[in-house]
Amino acid sequence: MSEAVTALKNARYDAGIATISEIGPLGMITIRGDLEAAFLRKVINKTVGLERPESGMCNSDGTSAVAWMSPDELLLICPHAQVAEVLSRLLAAFEDTHTLAVDVSGARAAFRIEGTHAREVLAKLAPVDLAPAKFTPGMFRRTRVGQVPAAFWLLEDGAFQVVCFRSVAQYMFDQLKVAAQPGSAVGHFSAP
Amino acid sequence: MLILTCPCCHVTAEETEFHGGGEAHLKRVGPDGAEGDFESYLFMRQNPKGVHLERWRHVYGCGKWFHMARDTATLEVFGSYAAQTLAPPDHIVDAIRKRHPDWQWPAAS
Ligand SMILES: [Zn+2]
Repeated sequence: MSEAVTALKNARYDAGIATISEIGPLGMITIRGDLEAAFLRKVINKTVGLERPESGMCNSDGTSAVAWMSPDELLLICPHAQVAEVLSRLLAAFEDTHTLAVDVSGARAAFRIEGTHAREVLAKLAPVDLAPAKFTPGMFRRTRVGQVPAAFWLLEDGAFQVVCFRSVAQYMFDQLKVAAQPGSAVGHFSAP
Repeated sequence: MLILTCPCCHVTAEETEFHGGGEAHLKRVGPDGAEGDFESYLFMRQNPKGVHLERWRHVYGCGKWFHMARDTATLEVFGSYAAQTLAPPDHIVDAIRKRHPDWQWPAAS
Protein backbone atom coordinates (compact mmCIF):
# COMPACT_ATOMS: atom_id res chain seq x y z
CA MET A 1 0.00 0.00 0.00
CA SER A 2 1.18 3.52 -0.71
CA GLU A 3 2.38 5.68 2.15
CA ALA A 4 -0.32 7.88 3.67
CA VAL A 5 0.50 11.59 3.64
CA THR A 6 -1.55 14.33 5.24
CA ALA A 7 -2.72 17.28 3.14
CA LEU A 8 -0.19 19.76 4.58
CA LYS A 9 2.58 17.37 5.68
CA ASN A 10 1.75 18.08 9.32
CA ALA A 11 2.29 21.83 9.03
CA ARG A 12 2.67 23.68 12.29
CA TYR A 13 2.39 27.29 13.41
CA ASP A 14 3.51 28.39 16.84
CA ALA A 15 4.34 32.04 16.41
CA GLY A 16 0.87 33.17 17.53
CA ILE A 17 -1.41 33.21 20.56
CA ALA A 18 -2.18 29.49 20.12
CA THR A 19 -0.39 26.63 18.44
CA ILE A 20 -1.99 25.39 15.21
CA SER A 21 -0.86 21.99 13.96
CA GLU A 22 -2.06 19.60 11.35
CA ILE A 23 -2.18 16.11 12.80
CA GLY A 24 -2.51 12.70 11.27
CA PRO A 25 -2.83 10.76 9.16
CA LEU A 26 -5.82 9.53 11.16
CA GLY A 27 -8.15 6.67 10.40
CA MET A 28 -11.70 7.98 10.02
CA ILE A 29 -14.82 5.95 9.41
CA THR A 30 -18.30 7.33 8.86
CA ILE A 31 -21.07 5.16 10.26
CA ARG A 32 -24.71 5.70 9.36
CA GLY A 33 -27.61 3.84 10.84
CA ASP A 34 -30.04 3.72 13.73
CA LEU A 35 -28.02 5.17 16.61
CA GLU A 36 -30.66 4.04 19.10
CA ALA A 37 -30.25 0.39 18.14
CA ALA A 38 -28.75 -1.70 20.94
CA PHE A 39 -26.62 -3.74 18.54
CA LEU A 40 -24.90 -0.59 17.25
CA ARG A 41 -23.83 0.41 20.76
CA LYS A 42 -22.52 -3.11 21.28
CA VAL A 43 -20.58 -3.16 18.00
CA ILE A 44 -18.97 0.25 18.70
CA ASN A 45 -18.01 -0.86 22.17
CA LYS A 46 -16.59 -4.17 21.00
CA THR A 47 -14.66 -2.62 18.10
CA VAL A 48 -12.96 0.35 19.75
CA GLY A 49 -13.84 -0.05 23.43
CA LEU A 50 -15.83 3.19 23.60
CA GLU A 51 -19.46 3.96 24.40
CA ARG A 52 -21.69 5.40 21.71
CA PRO A 53 -21.63 9.15 22.43
CA GLU A 54 -24.73 11.08 23.46
CA SER A 55 -25.87 13.77 21.07
CA GLY A 56 -23.38 16.62 20.77
CA MET A 57 -20.59 14.62 22.41
CA CYS A 58 -17.39 12.80 21.52
CA ASN A 59 -16.02 9.86 23.51
CA SER A 60 -12.29 9.46 23.29
CA ASP A 61 -9.57 7.48 25.01
CA GLY A 62 -6.62 9.29 23.43
CA THR A 63 -6.14 6.65 20.71
CA SER A 64 -9.63 6.26 19.29
CA ALA A 65 -12.71 8.45 19.38
CA VAL A 66 -16.39 8.20 18.46
CA ALA A 67 -18.23 11.43 17.74
CA TRP A 68 -21.95 12.15 17.32
CA MET A 69 -22.38 13.76 13.89
CA SER A 70 -26.17 13.75 13.48
CA PRO A 71 -29.20 11.73 14.61
CA ASP A 72 -28.11 8.93 12.26
CA GLU A 73 -24.37 9.42 11.85
CA LEU A 74 -21.22 8.76 13.86
CA LEU A 75 -17.59 9.52 13.10
CA LEU A 76 -15.14 6.91 14.33
CA ILE A 77 -11.48 7.91 14.61
CA CYS A 78 -8.73 5.35 15.05
CA PRO A 79 -5.00 5.00 14.28
CA HIS A 80 -4.50 5.14 10.51
CA ALA A 81 -2.76 1.76 10.42
CA GLN A 82 -5.86 0.11 11.92
CA VAL A 83 -8.55 1.61 9.73
CA ALA A 84 -8.88 -1.31 7.31
CA GLU A 85 -9.15 -3.81 10.12
CA VAL A 86 -11.63 -1.73 12.13
CA LEU A 87 -13.76 -1.20 9.02
CA SER A 88 -13.89 -4.89 8.17
CA ARG A 89 -14.84 -5.74 11.75
CA LEU A 90 -17.62 -3.15 11.66
CA LEU A 91 -18.97 -4.38 8.34
CA ALA A 92 -18.90 -7.99 9.53
CA ALA A 93 -20.74 -7.05 12.73
CA PHE A 94 -23.37 -4.98 10.91
CA GLU A 95 -24.24 -8.04 8.81
CA ASP A 96 -27.50 -7.44 7.00
CA THR A 97 -28.76 -4.59 9.21
CA HIS A 98 -29.42 -1.27 7.51
CA THR A 99 -26.15 0.23 8.70
CA LEU A 100 -23.35 1.67 6.61
CA ALA A 101 -19.66 2.21 7.31
CA VAL A 102 -17.15 3.75 4.94
CA ASP A 103 -13.48 4.71 5.21
CA VAL A 104 -13.24 8.50 4.80
CA SER A 105 -9.64 8.86 6.07
CA GLY A 106 -8.40 10.10 2.71
CA ALA A 107 -11.15 12.72 2.47
CA ARG A 108 -10.42 14.49 5.75
CA ALA A 109 -7.84 16.71 7.40
CA ALA A 110 -7.42 17.21 11.14
CA PHE A 111 -5.93 20.04 13.18
CA ARG A 112 -5.19 20.84 16.80
CA ILE A 113 -5.56 24.28 18.35
CA GLU A 114 -3.66 24.40 21.60
CA GLY A 115 -2.89 27.02 24.20
CA THR A 116 -4.65 29.25 26.70
CA HIS A 117 -6.24 31.24 23.85
CA ALA A 118 -7.48 28.19 21.93
CA ARG A 119 -11.14 29.03 22.64
CA GLU A 120 -10.68 32.54 21.42
CA VAL A 121 -9.02 31.49 18.14
CA LEU A 122 -11.88 29.15 17.27
CA ALA A 123 -14.59 31.53 18.51
CA LYS A 124 -13.42 34.10 15.93
CA LEU A 125 -14.32 31.66 13.15
CA ALA A 126 -17.28 29.54 14.26
CA PRO A 127 -20.85 30.63 15.15
CA VAL A 128 -20.74 28.69 18.42
CA ASP A 129 -20.76 29.83 22.04
CA LEU A 130 -17.36 28.62 23.25
CA ALA A 131 -17.53 30.18 26.73
CA PRO A 132 -15.86 27.85 29.26
CA ALA A 133 -19.17 27.24 31.04
CA LYS A 134 -21.00 26.47 27.78
CA PHE A 135 -18.52 24.35 25.84
CA THR A 136 -16.90 21.81 28.10
CA PRO A 137 -14.40 18.97 27.47
CA GLY A 138 -15.94 16.12 25.47
CA MET A 139 -18.46 18.36 23.72
CA PHE A 140 -18.55 18.02 19.95
CA ARG A 141 -19.97 20.41 17.40
CA ARG A 142 -20.51 20.16 13.69
CA THR A 143 -20.70 23.64 12.21
CA ARG A 144 -18.79 25.96 9.91
CA VAL A 145 -15.34 27.39 10.53
CA GLY A 146 -14.93 30.48 8.39
CA GLN A 147 -16.57 29.53 5.12
CA VAL A 148 -16.15 25.76 5.21
CA PRO A 149 -17.96 22.92 6.98
CA ALA A 150 -16.04 21.51 9.93
CA ALA A 151 -16.46 19.65 13.18
CA PHE A 152 -14.55 20.12 16.39
CA TRP A 153 -14.45 18.98 19.95
CA LEU A 154 -12.75 20.06 23.12
CA LEU A 155 -10.23 17.42 24.18
CA GLU A 156 -9.46 19.27 27.39
CA ASP A 157 -9.35 22.91 28.36
CA GLY A 158 -6.97 24.61 25.95
CA ALA A 159 -7.01 21.93 23.24
CA PHE A 160 -9.45 21.58 20.35
CA GLN A 161 -9.35 19.06 17.55
CA VAL A 162 -10.83 20.24 14.25
CA VAL A 163 -11.83 17.98 11.37
CA CYS A 164 -12.61 19.26 7.86
CA PHE A 165 -12.53 18.13 4.25
CA ARG A 166 -9.02 17.48 2.95
CA SER A 167 -9.70 19.71 -0.06
CA VAL A 168 -9.97 22.77 2.22
CA ALA A 169 -7.06 21.88 4.53
CA GLN A 170 -4.92 24.80 3.35
CA TYR A 171 -7.79 27.26 3.81
CA MET A 172 -8.43 25.90 7.30
CA PHE A 173 -4.77 26.14 8.31
CA ASP A 174 -4.43 29.65 6.89
CA GLN A 175 -7.51 31.04 8.61
CA LEU A 176 -6.58 29.43 11.92
CA LYS A 177 -3.16 31.08 11.60
CA VAL A 178 -4.78 34.46 10.98
CA ALA A 179 -7.11 33.98 13.95
CA ALA A 180 -4.07 33.12 16.09
CA GLN A 181 -1.71 35.80 14.84
CA PRO A 182 0.47 37.53 17.44
CA GLY A 183 -1.23 40.33 19.34
CA SER A 184 -4.72 39.23 18.31
CA ALA A 185 -5.92 38.12 21.74
CA VAL A 186 -9.28 39.73 22.47
CA GLY A 187 -9.54 38.62 26.08
CA HIS A 188 -13.18 37.61 25.67
CA PHE A 189 -12.91 34.45 27.76
CA SER A 190 -9.87 35.43 29.84
CA ALA A 191 -7.62 38.44 30.32
CA PRO A 192 -5.52 38.99 27.14
CA MET B 1 -29.89 37.62 12.21
CA LEU B 2 -32.15 34.70 13.10
CA ILE B 3 -31.45 32.35 15.98
CA LEU B 4 -32.80 28.91 15.05
CA THR B 5 -33.10 25.63 16.88
CA CYS B 6 -32.85 22.50 14.76
CA PRO B 7 -35.61 20.06 15.79
CA CYS B 8 -33.46 17.12 14.63
CA CYS B 9 -30.25 17.63 16.62
CA HIS B 10 -31.54 20.34 19.02
CA VAL B 11 -28.61 22.63 18.35
CA THR B 12 -29.41 26.33 18.63
CA ALA B 13 -27.33 28.48 16.30
CA GLU B 14 -27.49 31.62 14.26
CA GLU B 15 -28.71 31.50 10.70
CA THR B 16 -25.33 31.18 8.94
CA GLU B 17 -25.18 27.55 10.09
CA PHE B 18 -28.47 26.94 8.22
CA HIS B 19 -29.82 27.45 4.74
CA GLY B 20 -33.31 28.53 3.76
CA GLY B 21 -35.27 26.27 1.44
CA GLY B 22 -38.30 28.39 0.58
CA GLU B 23 -41.99 28.06 1.34
CA ALA B 24 -43.10 25.04 3.37
CA HIS B 25 -45.91 22.56 2.78
CA LEU B 26 -46.06 22.84 -0.99
CA LYS B 27 -48.27 20.18 -2.49
CA ARG B 28 -46.91 18.62 -5.63
CA VAL B 29 -49.11 18.68 -8.72
CA GLY B 30 -48.70 15.39 -10.54
CA PRO B 31 -48.85 14.47 -14.23
CA ASP B 32 -52.67 14.47 -14.14
CA GLY B 33 -52.85 18.07 -12.92
CA ALA B 34 -53.98 20.98 -15.06
CA GLU B 35 -51.25 23.06 -16.68
CA GLY B 36 -52.18 26.14 -14.68
CA ASP B 37 -52.00 24.21 -11.38
CA PHE B 38 -48.62 22.80 -12.31
CA GLU B 39 -47.33 26.25 -13.15
CA SER B 40 -48.55 27.52 -9.76
CA TYR B 41 -46.89 24.63 -7.99
CA LEU B 42 -43.61 25.38 -9.73
CA PHE B 43 -43.49 29.14 -9.56
CA MET B 44 -46.16 30.80 -7.42
CA ARG B 45 -45.06 31.47 -3.84
CA GLN B 46 -46.38 33.32 -0.81
CA ASN B 47 -44.39 36.39 0.05
CA PRO B 48 -46.01 37.60 3.25
CA LYS B 49 -44.97 40.53 5.37
CA GLY B 50 -45.46 38.76 8.67
CA VAL B 51 -45.95 35.13 9.57
CA HIS B 52 -44.36 32.68 7.16
CA LEU B 53 -43.84 28.91 7.18
CA GLU B 54 -40.58 27.85 5.59
CA ARG B 55 -38.30 24.91 4.94
CA TRP B 56 -34.77 25.16 6.30
CA ARG B 57 -31.80 22.85 6.29
CA HIS B 58 -29.20 22.51 9.05
CA VAL B 59 -26.62 22.56 6.32
CA TYR B 60 -23.39 22.97 8.32
CA GLY B 61 -24.69 20.88 11.21
CA CYS B 62 -26.59 17.60 11.17
CA GLY B 63 -27.61 18.12 7.53
CA LYS B 64 -31.33 17.55 8.12
CA TRP B 65 -34.28 19.43 6.66
CA PHE B 66 -36.95 20.85 8.94
CA HIS B 67 -39.80 23.37 9.02
CA MET B 68 -39.88 26.72 10.72
CA ALA B 69 -42.43 29.45 11.46
CA ARG B 70 -41.15 32.99 11.63
CA ASP B 71 -42.15 36.60 11.15
CA THR B 72 -40.56 38.09 8.04
CA ALA B 73 -41.06 41.64 9.34
CA THR B 74 -39.76 41.32 12.92
CA LEU B 75 -37.52 38.25 12.36
CA GLU B 76 -39.13 36.63 15.39
CA VAL B 77 -38.89 32.83 15.25
CA PHE B 78 -42.05 31.10 16.50
CA GLY B 79 -40.57 27.63 16.43
CA SER B 80 -39.24 24.81 14.30
CA TYR B 81 -40.84 21.44 13.65
CA ALA B 82 -40.27 18.18 11.80
CA ALA B 83 -40.00 18.08 8.03
CA GLN B 84 -42.30 15.04 8.05
CA THR B 85 -45.34 17.24 8.70
CA LEU B 86 -48.08 18.27 6.27
CA ALA B 87 -49.35 21.23 8.32
CA PRO B 88 -48.01 23.38 11.17
CA PRO B 89 -48.53 21.49 14.47
CA ASP B 90 -50.71 22.93 17.25
CA HIS B 91 -47.87 24.20 19.41
CA ILE B 92 -46.53 26.23 16.49
CA VAL B 93 -49.97 27.67 15.68
CA ASP B 94 -50.39 28.56 19.38
CA ALA B 95 -47.01 30.32 19.43
CA ILE B 96 -47.94 32.31 16.32
CA ARG B 97 -51.39 33.27 17.67
CA LYS B 98 -49.89 34.59 20.88
CA ARG B 99 -48.47 37.36 18.71
CA HIS B 100 -51.03 37.37 15.90
CA PRO B 101 -54.37 36.21 17.42
CA ASP B 102 -56.20 36.16 14.08
CA TRP B 103 -53.55 34.33 12.10
CA GLN B 104 -54.80 31.64 9.75
CA TRP B 105 -52.60 29.41 7.68
CA PRO B 106 -53.42 30.54 4.11
CA ALA B 107 -53.11 27.00 2.74
CA ALA B 108 -55.75 25.79 5.21
CA SER B 109 -58.51 27.91 3.66
ZN1 LIG C 1 -29.51 19.85 13.19
